[in-house]
Amino acid sequence: MRQKLARVIGGAAMLALVAGGTACSSSGGDSASGGDKCGNKIAFFGALTGSSAALGINENNGVKLAVDKYNKENADCKVELVPLDSQGSPDQAPGLAQKAIDDPKILGIVGPAYSGESEAADPLFSEAGLVHITASATRPSLSQQGWKTFFRAVGNDFSQGPAAGTYIKDVIKADRVYVIDDQSAYGAGLADEVKKVLGGAVVGSDKVQGEGKQTEFSGVVTKVKAANVKAIFYGGYYQEAGLIRKQLTAAGVTAPLVAGDGVNDKAYIDSAGAAAAEGTILTCPCQPASEARGTFKEEYKALNGTDPGTYSDTAYDAANILLAGIKAGKTDRAGLLDFVKNYSGEGVAANYKFVEGGELDPAQVKVWAFKVQGGQVVPDQEIKKS
Amino acid sequence: MNFDGLFSNFGELTTTGLTQGAIYALVALGYTLVYGVLRLINFAHSEVFIAGAFAALWTWNGFGLDQNSQVSGVGSIMFYLLVAVIAAAIASAGTATVIERVAYRPLRKRNAPPLAFLITAIGASIAISEAFGVYTRRLPQGAPGLVNTKPLFEIAGVPIDAVQLLTVGAALVMMVALDLFINRSRLGRGVRAVAQDANTAALMGVNKDRIIMLVFIAGGSMAGVAGLLYDVKIGTLTYSVGFLLGLKAFTAAVLGGIGNLRGALVGGLMLGVVENYASGLFGSQWKDFAAFAVLVVLLMFRPTGLLGESLGRARA
Repeated sequence: MRQKLARVIGGAAMLALVAGGTACSSSGGDSASGGDKCGNKIAFFGALTGSSAALGINENNGVKLAVDKYNKENADCKVELVPLDSQGSPDQAPGLAQKAIDDPKILGIVGPAYSGESEAADPLFSEAGLVHITASATRPSLSQQGWKTFFRAVGNDFSQGPAAGTYIKDVIKADRVYVIDDQSAYGAGLADEVKKVLGGAVVGSDKVQGEGKQTEFSGVVTKVKAANVKAIFYGGYYQEAGLIRKQLTAAGVTAPLVAGDGVNDKAYIDSAGAAAAEGTILTCPCQPASEARGTFKEEYKALNGTDPGTYSDTAYDAANILLAGIKAGKTDRAGLLDFVKNYSGEGVAANYKFVEGGELDPAQVKVWAFKVQGGQVVPDQEIKKS
Repeated sequence: MNFDGLFSNFGELTTTGLTQGAIYALVALGYTLVYGVLRLINFAHSEVFIAGAFAALWTWNGFGLDQNSQVSGVGSIMFYLLVAVIAAAIASAGTATVIERVAYRPLRKRNAPPLAFLITAIGASIAISEAFGVYTRRLPQGAPGLVNTKPLFEIAGVPIDAVQLLTVGAALVMMVALDLFINRSRLGRGVRAVAQDANTAALMGVNKDRIIMLVFIAGGSMAGVAGLLYDVKIGTLTYSVGFLLGLKAFTAAVLGGIGNLRGALVGGLMLGVVENYASGLFGSQWKDFAAFAVLVVLLMFRPTGLLGESLGRARA
């Protein structure tokens, strides 16, 4: 059903492309180096539906804003945004990646949003020479696979995990910590980094099931309660985190929950309830969207009707890097890839320059702690590198 | 293996396991009833449950309660619970009825093969779940904290709270009521008659379609109550949670003996407790493994489940 729908949408997009192409060539069509200068597309790759869609929607909206602004400034030669909905699933990622690769007009991609789907899709992109900048896949190993087209506009878990550990140790000053993860590449990776920093302060750990497969956590709640801890770290995503926090609080556990950027979402507070979520610490290898430079926040709200969420600004920046390349006439995949590789510039969330393996220059990586306060995620402090 | 983790928390793991098991049991009743009468696994039953859970949640939202509301006063808590349980039961029973009318009855009239029922069941399940998903934008929805979770009293050092009492109590009451209804009432006798031999029952003047409808309504109401209890206990509802819970409840039904009402209760409670023990002993990542390992081993020795099948069997 969904596939069929996707095919129909794909067909419609193809028609639009043909129509767009004709319009372009009839209006004079100045062809530049490589392919056709007009009618190009960039894609967003990530979950837009499914249980982990909130982050993907944040990012897609950021990309949407970048494309919208570009098209207003370049009304005679627009770029089209193709949303590729992976539902965050590694199983769907290769097929979707192939779809993007098969469309020669797609020059670059923002995404894939999650680490799991990145592992499935990125080898294909690398083979096809299709450049992609992820705004949120923070698994460290992604940059070590020799993929030529991988770029990461944020820091990875190696920056976020130790920072979370440092925060628990230095700011909360907890000497008894319980560590839970969801057995995902992301969650387990973060939890391992935190355990390394905290060492003997970790008095217990447990693993739960992610991706909405578990809603009932009385087993782990009982153990956390018995361990009498000062802080709890959770490596995983907001969906389970909200449930765990709510059930912990219901069982009388008041120790603060510390978690990574996967939990940094309004949906976490909605599901846990503001009272239970109060005081939760969320780390992010990014700076607050509210700290975004310029008028990003207002423009985003005007276009999407909501405030920017986690990684909205980073995705916006990633899209702008691609668009800058297209604007500079890099209208084939090889040219755009080269452009991104050598890019150096300022965005609304950070300054961008990529190093070995497509990682963001470590000097540019900032890790922030956010705090849930009165039902809102508010910036707490930047976590100093230890 | 962490024996210490199991034994030092044994009491609490048991009580919380029983609470979750009670919800499994209520949902399992729906599977067992429909199976007993129609020999059909109603895979769409998980969405019957979800419909009730959302109905309860939205009823509270209608009264202006959201995930951040705290309600005090026994009177108003009882009122909200009562209104929500009625809404949930109606929504679930209604959903079950619609599924029976749209997905099953037309097939039955055409003598479709069992496989066709299975596919329409799965189809109905996915369609309803996706509809909820689209409507809620696939975001988790928080329930108001209606029932206080502070421990009320302790039994042998194990704290018991109101949510646990409510959940297990409601499940037991519903269970007894349903058991009485099936075994004592005139309509219940019709259900048993159709379960034993539908054609003969029809010859004796039992309206088969009406009985089937009744079975769906009864099973649906139970699922509705389970939906409300789920909201109260878990506190957060996502459109997709029905699938796994349905699977667990179905497991519970088979564990207790599918087609056997009391078996559903026993199976549900047992499954909930086994999951928690496994979580304490091996870590939470093993809890589903343990639950299904127990199921497989048990079925090896008792293929008809703990209590065997009873609804379709003539009473001695």
